[in-house]
Amino acid sequence: MELCDRSAHEIYQLLREKKISALEVWESSQKRIEAVDGRPGVIEPGEITGADLNTVHAFITPTPERARQQAQQVDEKLNKGEDPGLLAGVPFTTKDIFSVKNTLSTAASKILANYSAPYTATAVERLENQGAVMMGKVNLDEFTYGSSNESSAFQPSTRNPWNTERVPGGSSGGSAASVAAGEAALSLGTDTAGSIRQPAAFCGVVGVKPTYGRVSRYGLIAFASSLDCPGPVARNVTDAAIMLQSMAGPDRRDSTAAAVDVPDYLNNLQKSIKGLRIGLSPDYFRITYMNEDGELMQRDVSDEIRHSVYHAADILRDLGAEIVEDVPMPNTRYGIPAYFVISRVEAASNLHRYDGVKYGYRTHTSNVDLQTLYRKSRNEGFGLQPKLRILMGMYVSAAQYSEQYYVRALKVRSKIRSDFDTAFDPLGPYRLNALLTPTTPSTAFPMGDVYGDSVLMQYADQFTVPANHAGIPGLSLPAGLAADGLPLGVQLLGPDFSEDILFRLGKAFEDGSTGEDWRQVKPAVLRNL
Amino acid sequence: MTDYEVVIGLETHIQLNTTTKIFCSCKADSWDDEPNTNICPVCTGLPGVLPVLNKAVVEKGVLLAKAMHSEIRTLSFFDRKNYFYPDLPKGYQISQYDLSLGKGGYLDIPMPDGSQRRVRIEKLHLEEDAGKTKNVGNRRFIDFNRCGVPLIEMVTAPDIRSADEAAQYLLRLRQLLRWLGISEADMEKGHLRCDGNVSIRPKGSTELFTKTEIKNVNSIDNVRNAIEHEFARQVREVEAGNKVRAWTLDWDENKNELKKMRSKETEADYRYFREPDLLPVRLDEAWLESILKDFPELPLARRQRFMEEYQLPLYDADILTTERGLSDYFESAVKAYGGDPKRVSNYLLNDVMRMLNDEGKTAQQLKLTPQFMADILKMVDAGKINTSTGKNLLKKVEESGLAPEKIVESEGLGLVSDDSAIRDVVKKILENNPSEVSAYKEGKTTLIGWFTGQVMREMRGKADPKLAQQILKDLLDQ
Repeated sequence: MELCDRSAHEIYQLLREKKISALEVWESSQKRIEAVDGRPGVIEPGEITGADLNTVHAFITPTPERARQQAQQVDEKLNKGEDPGLLAGVPFTTKDIFSVKNTLSTAASKILANYSAPYTATAVERLENQGAVMMGKVNLDEFTYGSSNESSAFQPSTRNPWNTERVPGGSSGGSAASVAAGEAALSLGTDTAGSIRQPAAFCGVVGVKPTYGRVSRYGLIAFASSLDCPGPVARNVTDAAIMLQSMAGPDRRDSTAAAVDVPDYLNNLQKSIKGLRIGLSPDYFRITYMNEDGELMQRDVSDEIRHSVYHAADILRDLGAEIVEDVPMPNTRYGIPAYFVISRVEAASNLHRYDGVKYGYRTHTSNVDLQTLYRKSRNEGFGLQPKLRILMGMYVSAAQYSEQYYVRALKVRSKIRSDFDTAFDPLGPYRLNALLTPTTPSTAFPMGDVYGDSVLMQYADQFTVPANHAGIPGLSLPAGLAADGLPLGVQLLGPDFSEDILFRLGKAFEDGSTGEDWRQVKPAVLRNL
Repeated sequence: MTDYEVVIGLETHIQLNTTTKIFCSCKADSWDDEPNTNICPVCTGLPGVLPVLNKAVVEKGVLLAKAMHSEIRTLSFFDRKNYFYPDLPKGYQISQYDLSLGKGGYLDIPMPDGSQRRVRIEKLHLEEDAGKTKNVGNRRFIDFNRCGVPLIEMVTAPDIRSADEAAQYLLRLRQLLRWLGISEADMEKGHLRCDGNVSIRPKGSTELFTKTEIKNVNSIDNVRNAIEHEFARQVREVEAGNKVRAWTLDWDENKNELKKMRSKETEADYRYFREPDLLPVRLDEAWLESILKDFPELPLARRQRFMEEYQLPLYDADILTTERGLSDYFESAVKAYGGDPKRVSNYLLNDVMRMLNDEGKTAQQLKLTPQFMADILKMVDAGKINTSTGKNLLKKVEESGLAPEKIVESEGLGLVSDDSAIRDVVKKILENNPSEVSAYKEGKTTLIGWFTGQVMREMRGKADPKLAQQILKDLLDQ
């Protein structure tokens, strides 16, 4: 096994025992990147060649030299006998929606393509303080607006390491792909409607959307500020737990970061799950969508997906958990429409600052008046997705429509929250510790299939978005392979700040399924190395 | 001809005198600083930054809300006001909207003729300032120093009925802001900014007609001036059969005239929504209590009390309460003195105020403490020094910081009340002025004043005048 395929906690252990050096780990990851990633995404990619179709393209900006120096520093610390931190020498990638000082921070948009941030996001800073080594900034949907990575202004966009004809999911597609392909052990993503969990499920890795406020948003280029959550992407639950441990906690630069103590996730991992109550809800086994006539339609998820969830439930039951069926979550179906409204109102406002005046892209047309400067810079700098979101956001927040859209969506949001409150109420009828659901209604879709149809793409988020509305944590776990050879993911949702319980359940599921065949299967891009 | 009255509402922006800005730790006041030197990623709205509320802003807001008799909301919210402008780096201003810190309220304005006007407050909210734009030729320069400076926006109801009342409102507001210690309230420096909404109507009407908005007025005199101009202009328009249009007008101080900036026929849609990056502002009981525990007696109440408690005339009470420090000084001095408060007031109004104005000091900065001032008054009362020595002493104490007794002693300023010393001088005066002595003895007793003057001059003012006169009479009447 290559060093880059080792888990973060193994690397940590081997480093401590001086069996390996951080530089060796860096070298291994660097080689892997060179072997599988192909060229990084760029604004003017030219022709997409045959070679491009078989590589992952996780990166926008690789930072090998910066990473090498960080690895060297870890080795120096180790040699001096100093504590190099929880994530010493562990390679990670950062979704290019986080500011990292003196590094391009593009949000995968032309409008920020030349923007170098003068400060570092709290989450990145905390990972680096624990000795983690940043291999570079990875691709995403433009401004995180999408579920496939294809809307990135930096092409070629990321491809799924399990099958490069498929999307990696999104918006944290570069994150999930880079971890699945062994380019890094960990990645820092963001989740606004499922943007960590959905690509994690598509790429067969672990993805965590922490409780809103668990991880500081400072330095995260905002999409929908009331929904955005930075979180870990990892290859196993233990690594995800260590990563969250390193990032979580209050931050004086983010007043929405919760002043709630961070439990010791690692110490809790091995505890028994006996007696924990896990719910299954019929509302998470069918998707609701609108047909061309505007009628609400329902469709059950495939048997394959249903089976993966029930299989996970069986494993957890065998380990002592109680399974509670038929938990009603009636407002799940309104998650997407409410999200459409709320996220776009916030997104349109968050995008106001990109006006060509201070930084980023400015139109090359000279001698224009101010209004023209704004219009041209924004029109030339933003791709389709930001434009769609601005249009809709401006529309539904206009004085004459705000009441029937935005205000109404906020009401729906609190109804979704109350579904969870009832399910998790320790004195209520269900008394759940967690809800077990599919992460996505399907496996990774083919490249080009739904790009352009942003409404359809949103249904990929139907089971993940309720957690963002409610602010609760969610954990997506690899749970098998579908007949098409693509990964299947299951999701655990828990009450506020219950990440420790979710990790414990996730670890139990991992241990309980460790001997299953699919666990031995590697992503396609790694099979011929 | 119709008689018109003017209807005025004032919109003020008050810059709070906090050390740091409202949402970051940059220095708040940049008056003397080069452009773009007090800025950081947060106040320039770089991608990914978040605002963190400065609690001192809320505290100062609470003090003003209380002073304006506003209802203080214990749960208030920040909202985004979205609009594009180059000096607004985020493309939205963080402000308060429907559930702001203060609700309603009023300010009572005493008018010079003794009447009092109540001006109601319609809006009182916290917000961040935007930057400054300067056009030079066809280039546009932006200074972000002012971005994120804490402001309170306060808007009155259309309750003001003359340019003078508008000026009085601003005078009283400025006094109050300084009294509360929440703003330097200097209009020239933009600490207190005022826009005026002006309309006219036939006297007796209760309708509100189309208003114009006057912007960029940077002194109280200019506000009065601009409103008077606008009142006259609107009357002329209506008399000429024209309509008043909803214009925004710019006051040009140099030309002393109003310039049309733009038409404002429709309201802009700012697409307000709750700022998701900030938590709601919760004022729990303990916090409110700690903010309000030293809430001062307000100027008008104190003025009234000075008149009642110390029997001061309105004139004195009004001046003594222009500034909180001065009024505190007065009360401390009265207490230390124990005599007639009017005597303290006279000293303050005539001598100390001049000292303050000349040196640009506040009462609290004087080395002449209230206790020293009381000591001087007591020495005058006891005849230890005369009145003019007393007044000179004020200055000497202020210059040296020494106790007045020490100065009197070391400079020999005390009145001579030694009988024999004065007697010697009197004898000498009488010997040197035989003709005046004769005249006195022949009945021109009014010469006693002249003799006293001679004694005082000889003794350079240090003789106790009563004693000198007594001795003079003794010897002349022998």
